[in-house]
Amino acid sequence: MKLTYGIPAALAALVVLACAPLFVGPYWLGLLIGLAGYVTLASAWALFSGRTGYVSLATVAFFGIGAYTVAVLSEAMPYPVVLLVAAGIGLGVALLVGLATLRLEGVYFVVFSFGLAELVRQLVTWYETSINGTLGRYIFLDFGPEHIYWQLLALAVVTLLLTWWIGRSRLGLALKVIADDETVASHIGINIAWTKITLFAVSAVIMTLVGAIQSPRWTYVEPAIVFNPTVSFMTLIMALFGGAGRLWGPALGAIPLFLLFEWLSANFPDHYSILLGLLFIIIVFLLPRGVVGLFDDRFGTRRAEVQPAASGEGAGK
Amino acid sequence: MSALLEIQNITKRFGGLTAVDDLSFDVAEGEVLALLGPNGSGKTTMMNIISGALKPTEGRITLAGEQITGLPPHRVAAKGVARTFQLVKILPSLDVRENVIAALAFRRDALWGQEAQDEADRLLVNAGLSARGGEMVENLTYIDQKRVELARALASQPRLLLLDEWLAGLNPTELRVGIDLIAGLRDAGMTILLVEHVMEAVRALCNRCVVMNVGSKIADGDTDAVLNDPGVVRAYLGTADA
Repeated sequence: MKLTYGIPAALAALVVLACAPLFVGPYWLGLLIGLAGYVTLASAWALFSGRTGYVSLATVAFFGIGAYTVAVLSEAMPYPVVLLVAAGIGLGVALLVGLATLRLEGVYFVVFSFGLAELVRQLVTWYETSINGTLGRYIFLDFGPEHIYWQLLALAVVTLLLTWWIGRSRLGLALKVIADDETVASHIGINIAWTKITLFAVSAVIMTLVGAIQSPRWTYVEPAIVFNPTVSFMTLIMALFGGAGRLWGPALGAIPLFLLFEWLSANFPDHYSILLGLLFIIIVFLLPRGVVGLFDDRFGTRRAEVQPAASGEGAGK
Repeated sequence: MSALLEIQNITKRFGGLTAVDDLSFDVAEGEVLALLGPNGSGKTTMMNIISGALKPTEGRITLAGEQITGLPPHRVAAKGVARTFQLVKILPSLDVRENVIAALAFRRDALWGQEAQDEADRLLVNAGLSARGGEMVENLTYIDQKRVELARALASQPRLLLLDEWLAGLNPTELRVGIDLIAGLRDAGMTILLVEHVMEAVRALCNRCVVMNVGSKIADGDTDAVLNDPGVVRAYLGTADA
């Protein structure tokens, strides 16, 4: 590993990114917030899905839970406590859902995770209209966009560090063994269900926090906005584009795609959805193992840090 | 010798098929017992039931007096049962040493870091794989992959070792090496239950055999006596007028 260059380079990049709000205008700051959000979401998605092969479309369920928690509680308690509560709710939902569903395999889990996001959205909508009597909520927090950016940047760094640390921990080894052979894994004493649920929960808590931190940007929040399924699809495609089995893969996928999506939505607002769909198809067809995988194929035979079970034929066994 | 493993009236049905039919036997502490029988007689099913990969339809299994019936494999492993598989199962994305560390890291008295590296290397030396730790396990020969599998099973510090046709597919030279390896474990006091078709190995390693046919026990006793039993011979070779 080129860690000797890697660490100073990453630190320098971090300092530049942290100072960016002092030099750029509001448009660029908005762009940076969106970028930091998607880098974190895609990395958190890959932390679970890239290492277990469970393709999840539940991203926006947790993202929305975070955003809504802030909308409901921001005037009732101090902001840091609200974030803690949001993380706690995300964790609770993840454990509940994980225990109930991680025995589903392949396409069944994909469909379930998509259904989960819709279910949460409908539940929140029902609660707001029937019990609470309103649909939307306003969020008034007295800090500027640069604070949102710094929080997201910190969360992105924590996510990447956590991913790196898990890769070197017993949990990371358990995941590699499970990806190789579940029968062996269970027979050497690995609790497969808990390993997967732990990872699902960690990933879900991060997604919840992204939603919670970003929510003040909207000022006005309603279920259709914060539970928009496009968030789940964009996260997934960014992680796959970059390479979901690698530490930097999701981030490297999120940056160009986020900028491309922004450009498309600004220049082709009427055809945005069609172009998005086309892009998804092209990426899945041309780069099943992501950009990082492409570099591996071309510049050496370095073995994958994990065998992403998601792209079955990639492993070739 | 007291019984370490007690199999009591185990029955396993898959739909209408009864793979194991009211089977009972004991394995004593320190004993090497062979579970024999023609193909399809239910031996591997029985191994899977002991290791927790399959749940029995009826019956109970105790390990050192403790019920392990129906526990999932990772909990049976924690109680002290390790195994190898009929078709060798290695972890292809890991190197040889990591294959063994995987078991060290998740056993009850878990090892990690430098301690795990050292212990893995020690186990690999004992399995005849000194200085091979850094190789990718896929590049090893068949017998060396089997050695990795055995080292991995031993890394779990089992009280009971299940070997499912561990000696199958070896050439005569390798077979002798393999028999010596298991004999070494026996002499060190390991309790082993093995399923085996290689009679040379059974004679060399086991003082007692249990023979199954179509799910039921048809013989249980001293190896020489069992292998000469007319009923056992008939089960393997078929009757003269069949």
